[in-house]
Amino acid sequence: MPLDVDTLPRAGRGTAVVASELVRRFGGRKAVDSVSLELASGECLALFGPNGAGKTTLLRMLGGQLKPTHGTVHLHGHRLPGEAATRQLVGLISHHTMLYDALTAHENVQFAAECHGVQNAGQMAMDALALLKVGARAATPVRLLSRGLQQRVSIARALVHNPRLVLLDEPYTGLDETGARALTRALQQLLLLGATLVLVTHHLGEGLALATRASIMMNGSIVRTDLAPPNGFDSVTYAALYRSLTAQEAE
Amino acid sequence: MTSTSASSTVGGSRTERVRSPSGVDWFLIGAITLVIAACVNVLMFTPTELRQGLAQKIFYIHVPAAITGLYFSVIPMAIVSGMYLWLKDERLDRIAESLAEVALVFVAVVLCTGPFWGKPIWGTYWQWEARLTSTLFLSFVLVGYLVMRGAIEQPEPRARLSAIIGIMAGCLVPFIHLTVYMFTTLHPMPIVLTPNFTRANLSPEMLRSFLYSLAAFLTLYLAMARNRYRWATERDRLQLLEDQR
Amino acid sequence: MSAPPSVELSYRPPGFVRDAIRVAKKDLLIEFRTRSAFMAAAVFAVLSSVIFRFTWEQSRISPLDVAPGVLWVIFAFSGLLGLHRSFGVELADRALDAMLASPMSRESIFAGKALANLAFVACVQALTLPAVGLFFNLPAESFWWGIVAVSLLASIGLVAVGTLFAAITSNTRLAELLLPMLALPFFVPVVIPAAQATSLLMNGRPFSEATDWIKILAAFDIVFVAVSTVAFPFTLEE
Repeated sequence: MPLDVDTLPRAGRGTAVVASELVRRFGGRKAVDSVSLELASGECLALFGPNGAGKTTLLRMLGGQLKPTHGTVHLHGHRLPGEAATRQLVGLISHHTMLYDALTAHENVQFAAECHGVQNAGQMAMDALALLKVGARAATPVRLLSRGLQQRVSIARALVHNPRLVLLDEPYTGLDETGARALTRALQQLLLLGATLVLVTHHLGEGLALATRASIMMNGSIVRTDLAPPNGFDSVTYAALYRSLTAQEAE
Repeated sequence: MTSTSASSTVGGSRTERVRSPSGVDWFLIGAITLVIAACVNVLMFTPTELRQGLAQKIFYIHVPAAITGLYFSVIPMAIVSGMYLWLKDERLDRIAESLAEVALVFVAVVLCTGPFWGKPIWGTYWQWEARLTSTLFLSFVLVGYLVMRGAIEQPEPRARLSAIIGIMAGCLVPFIHLTVYMFTTLHPMPIVLTPNFTRANLSPEMLRSFLYSLAAFLTLYLAMARNRYRWATERDRLQLLEDQR
Repeated sequence: MSAPPSVELSYRPPGFVRDAIRVAKKDLLIEFRTRSAFMAAAVFAVLSSVIFRFTWEQSRISPLDVAPGVLWVIFAFSGLLGLHRSFGVELADRALDAMLASPMSRESIFAGKALANLAFVACVQALTLPAVGLFFNLPAESFWWGIVAVSLLASIGLVAVGTLFAAITSNTRLAELLLPMLALPFFVPVVIPAAQATSLLMNGRPFSEATDWIKILAAFDIVFVAVSTVAFPFTLEE
């Protein structure tokens, strides 16, 4: 992943993700009910909502891991899920580390890089680990790392192939302040390079810090979307708004 | 069985109109009658084989039941499973499930009654002859299939993974036959009294009786499978309603 | 929606074999580091040979009569030990999700895992064959090469079916019970021919007499490697 941000041209703000009338059923239950959205390059959508609202399901459909029952997803013009090569555009971060305990941090990230066809995978893996400030522990087996360090290695794994769309499902879980800052910085860099982020989290503050857009999802539908004001979201106001919406729903 | 007439297209999945008439399943009763008639035919109207006597007549029941429970279940189950993976219609999954369960009932009857009848004829309770051996191996596959279905609660993974097992089971059948056949040919068992049931030894009347029995058991199998399918449809419909609450 | 792609996908040369080998190497590296499954299988194999050795009247029955069966029982069950772990390691932290999210084809992932399992099974067999030979006082003659060939041929079929069933059962409850329950009936058309061929070879019969059994093994391998590879993507939720 290129590190010297200033020398790179800024990516255009063209449309990146187009989701149209997405529906996903599991048996009789509608987990996602007719969701449509459009995201441009360099945008970050923060998705909030109570448990069971369908956020993870929506995320997986946006990334092409799950086929929608109805509706379509297009990423930079490519239909998802589509041919295998489209998968190189997507990076996944979740509270599961998706790492192999017995392998070292570097081996894990290098494996991920090779799977994505990254050239010079070994060096790129080291660079990604350095970006997340875990370069010093590259040769340590993952099972010996703390939860926070494992999460950082997992993030390096997800970003090593320079994805255009990064899906984050509770990425701040287990991260200490250093780790959280490193993650936020890495994500900001990605946004500058024109990637699109979709972030699902319960931490309103962390989610809103990066967000250019915030949506609240309940019972499979997006009930409210707000664009970021010029100075960014005010988490206190937004938290109050969120609480009132979810309280209404609970009644 | 209470009369239910439910038709719903809730959530896009097609549930059946369960149309059971007021309590009586005529097809099943007809099938049972046919089987009883076949038994009577075998006992009364079929010539007795000279050497083995009355006990040989067991095989007009035993063998058709085995043939039905095995060959006419695993192959259709494999085909239906393949169709499910292609069409993703949950009705096909229910059909496969019903075929497998009824087949297991047939096979269990065959394997349990075999030893009791085998003792007077073979002198031993169990015999590793080709048909029994194949039946035993394929019964393990059926048991595995049904246990796996029981271990998965969500309908979609259950249907999908069962369908894979079903197809694999269909591919397995010829190999089981070939292997067992080769083994029993190369290693003939010392047998006290062979149940002579090859085509060459059957007179036309015996062959007719055998075919009548086979037809009766097939009908019974279909009737039971159909019954089981309707139960499965009702169960899934109720599950659907429960999920939506 | 009909706009042309705004980001071109960088060309990925078809790399089925490369991808499969990469996955296999990763699996074997993990197994090498932990050695847990291999140790379990190796201990099982050696202990079983010892126990079997003491279960029959040695003056009455020649070891050559019993050894083929013992060998194949051990191979079948020790294989299962390795198969179970092949997907367990993927599900512990959902590492499989990351692999599935890469451009690698599902078939190459399956092939890689099967290859790793084959290597595992071959290593266990490499340990078991000398152990059985030693404990059963079998002659050290040329038939061992034929037996190795038969073992390899049979292992391909066992591993193809076993890897697929490991993928199916790993996500279910009762995974450790289900895998043997599902896999063993499918092992029957492999174990019987393999044991028969092994028996023929051990008793000094020429290889040509075992060709019928070898043909069944080869046919099983071809059919079930193909079916398992095609079926594997269906085990994953889409």
